[in-house]
Amino acid sequence: MSDLNTAMVERYRTNFLKEVEANVEEGEWVKMCMQCGVCSGSCPLGKFWAHPPQEIFMMIRAGKREEVLSSDAMWMCTSCYNCIVRCPRELPITHIMHGLATYAKRLGLVPQNQPTARFAQMFWDNLMKKGRVNELKLGLALYFMNGFGEGVKTALKKQKLGMNMMKTGRMNPMEILGGHAVKDLSGFQKVIQKAQDLEDARIAQHGARQGA
Amino acid sequence: MAADKKFAGYLCTGCGIGERLDTRQLIQIATREGKMAACKEHSMLCSAEGVQLIRDDIAAGNATHIMIAACSRRAKVEAFSFPEVAMSRANLREGVIWLRPEGDEHQETTQEMADDYVRMACAEVRFMTQPSGSGEQPLNRTLMVVGNGVTAMTSALEAAKAGYGVHLVCDEGELGGVYKDLYKRVPFRAAPVGVSNARTAPLPQPEDPGVAEMIAAVQANPKIQVHLNAKVTKTSGAPGRFSADISVESGSTVTENFGAIVQATDYKPYDANLLPEFAYGKSPDVVTNFELERLAKAANGGPLKRPSDGKEVKAVAFIQCAGQRSDQEGHLPYCSGFCCTESIKQAMYFKAQNPGCDATVLFDDLRTPGAAGEDFYRAGQQAQVTFSKGKASAVDINGGQLTVKFKDLILEEDTAMDCDLVVLATGQVPNTGPDPYAQLAVDEAPTEEEKAAARKVLEVAPPSILNLDYRQGTDLPHLKHGFVDSHFICFPYETRRTGIYAAGPVRRPMDMKQAIDDAAGATLKAIQAAENAARGAGAHPRVGDLSYPTFRKEGCTQCKRCTVECPFGAINEDERAYPQFNESRCRRCGTCMGACPVRVISFENYSIETIGQQIKAVDMPDEFSEKPRILALACENDAYPALDMAAQSGGQISPFARVIPVRCLGSVSLSWITDALNSGYDGIVLMGCRRDDDYQCHFVRGSKMAAERLSKVGDTLQQLNLEQERIQVYEVAITDVQRAPQIINDMAATVEKIGMSPFKF
Repeated sequence: MSDLNTAMVERYRTNFLKEVEANVEEGEWVKMCMQCGVCSGSCPLGKFWAHPPQEIFMMIRAGKREEVLSSDAMWMCTSCYNCIVRCPRELPITHIMHGLATYAKRLGLVPQNQPTARFAQMFWDNLMKKGRVNELKLGLALYFMNGFGEGVKTALKKQKLGMNMMKTGRMNPMEILGGHAVKDLSGFQKVIQKAQDLEDARIAQHGARQGA
Repeated sequence: MAADKKFAGYLCTGCGIGERLDTRQLIQIATREGKMAACKEHSMLCSAEGVQLIRDDIAAGNATHIMIAACSRRAKVEAFSFPEVAMSRANLREGVIWLRPEGDEHQETTQEMADDYVRMACAEVRFMTQPSGSGEQPLNRTLMVVGNGVTAMTSALEAAKAGYGVHLVCDEGELGGVYKDLYKRVPFRAAPVGVSNARTAPLPQPEDPGVAEMIAAVQANPKIQVHLNAKVTKTSGAPGRFSADISVESGSTVTENFGAIVQATDYKPYDANLLPEFAYGKSPDVVTNFELERLAKAANGGPLKRPSDGKEVKAVAFIQCAGQRSDQEGHLPYCSGFCCTESIKQAMYFKAQNPGCDATVLFDDLRTPGAAGEDFYRAGQQAQVTFSKGKASAVDINGGQLTVKFKDLILEEDTAMDCDLVVLATGQVPNTGPDPYAQLAVDEAPTEEEKAAARKVLEVAPPSILNLDYRQGTDLPHLKHGFVDSHFICFPYETRRTGIYAAGPVRRPMDMKQAIDDAAGATLKAIQAAENAARGAGAHPRVGDLSYPTFRKEGCTQCKRCTVECPFGAINEDERAYPQFNESRCRRCGTCMGACPVRVISFENYSIETIGQQIKAVDMPDEFSEKPRILALACENDAYPALDMAAQSGGQISPFARVIPVRCLGSVSLSWITDALNSGYDGIVLMGCRRDDDYQCHFVRGSKMAAERLSKVGDTLQQLNLEQERIQVYEVAITDVQRAPQIINDMAATVEKIGMSPFKF
């Protein structure tokens, strides 16, 4: 259990709804859900979720902290925005799902080997190196995410596409050697650091030390 | 025929009538067979010029009885309005040309149809008298309003605003009724247009109840006389001339006269002692929504405290639908419609005073009626009230703590929550008198078991509220669950006792705002009833009808059918058991006329003769002509308009059908059926409205009485040695646009199958 998680448990004790309101992006909306279930019915991936959005909102109100934050449900969201469009109460459901995922990540409660979470981390790390996404590296990393054999198989399958992209100048094979960075890499890193500081300050204000 | 009757016919040739039909023949039939002195033709009779043609004849004294052969009697009613003369309408447009296809092969039968409708209209008008009001009662501009609460007070204030005097009969020592302990009320208005759906949008909040102001306004109004601790010990008379004895607890009685009455006795809170599973009565910390209101009023904005130990409430649970929407013995089977918003409001009391207090509403379906309803629900959510979809099963007491066991209906699990206070959202039990038909049910039960069951109902009947001196019982008839019958969709407020209107939760469960609106509506209906009575005119649905039933005393056998069957209890009995008609209580349905076995009851313009003669006027082709005749008696409120609409939308009907509108199927006399069979009709279709609990009959029981009477019509058929299929009774709704003509066409097919009637002479 991360320090931040312990702190948050201590701080909010029984009221998980308040914790969500204070710490999750758009969490203030959770109380406005009227349990109609349109979001769950609209979600194209709904049947693969352990807890569809309507249930997640109910669980938050019922104080099921561990179950919600360690669930992989919100990681299944593909941001299709169907639920937002259809919610009669106009809840930003997609954003809340991402907010919950981010919060769970910060608390260190993400289920192990959750593929979406792993890919998100991969994307972030890739981005941080040069201030821009190295598509070649990211793509290859994705191919090999589930093992070497599968990576080779996928790479061979996509061979033709890759050749075509090279021919038309959409992909530079030299990028594999490190790739180019944004013009002002140190400036970019400063921006990120500043954002991180601000975020840490915000969390500190909520009574918890910096974590994850 | 009396010498002073001047018959005049008018034939419109517009809307295609002139092109489709042989009008010369129609005019000949009207004058020769129909005995009209003359029959004038006009190419657009409903135009100013056409109407003037009729007016001139009336003014010149050439027309006292007019027959108009044009469109349906339901069309052009404003143009063809001649209140000074008797009038009949032959329906050539909707009834004939629009329901029949064009073409030479159809011409003969279509023309025969039109000929018959002209004959029928002429026959009808010959036996009509133009009704005039009786002058039985003057205009009495005073209402009696019975009730203590917001509904009754609103009714009194609205009547006073309209210039009417009011006697408000309150059976308690002070006004206010069930809402007198209200701390705040659910807001009346929705958020203004333009308020966004945002999480922080300004939404309607609980507001001042306004009951004290209303009481003050009633007390200050010189037009309203309040009788406290008073009961109505006797009510007699009829709209325009009601007389009521108002007795005060101390013993004195005053008798007052009224034009009309509003019963606004509201409801009684459900007895929560019937809910032991929720520990009501076992712990003082389990209270009803009504009791919580008193706690909140006592706290007056301060912290709400537990009744047991006076500690501030930190967690409260609201159990919705407590003893409601359940088939369990002793529970209310219906939704009281006000408890969800009440609970939202009460949960907000706790949140307003202490945002840290946990307030949880356990609901199954959260129903928030009214303009503010949905916005108010959102206001509750904004205030951090927790709404859990769950069904509570029990409340356990552990020391000073309460535990509510419930099933979470979203997460599908049995769970529990701890709290300091439990509020039971209990419902409304209508505060009505005994159902007058409870006694009738005992009298008319066919078996001993049924009689015993009926007696049981009668035993638990509440005391009377109005003490009506009516043949059919002391109070307003019920429909379901003890609520006063008033058709809540089509004719709210209108009860089965003319001139007595039900307002508020006596007629269906409702919240305060709806009850206030209801009171205004019922009061205006009551005023209308008083004014109509003064003109001798009927109330809903035959508003303004001046005809009323009279009977031939020499022929009456004192069988009492009319006094028992009248759906509105309009007919009393005199000491020799003759019927006593009360004109202004009558709704003009004619159920008494249909009930009378000796045919002595009639209206001036609607009688055994006006319909019987139409039946006889139809030309009857012989048995070998292959032209059967089908008689359709159709209710003028539903079936007849359905046929009109079928005509407008291109429906088709058998050319052998002759449709006669009747005021209500309840007015159908069996003598018409016998006459029709004897004069050779091959099939008879009777089209009334839906009956029983979900009735659509404008006269409530007319359709039911007709069905009962007609269930015995098989005997008549048997006596005549005719097939049972020749008579069919149907329930037809106004929306049955396809079905209504189909029913008639089915009968035509049946007749084709079983053959023609042998009774054609």
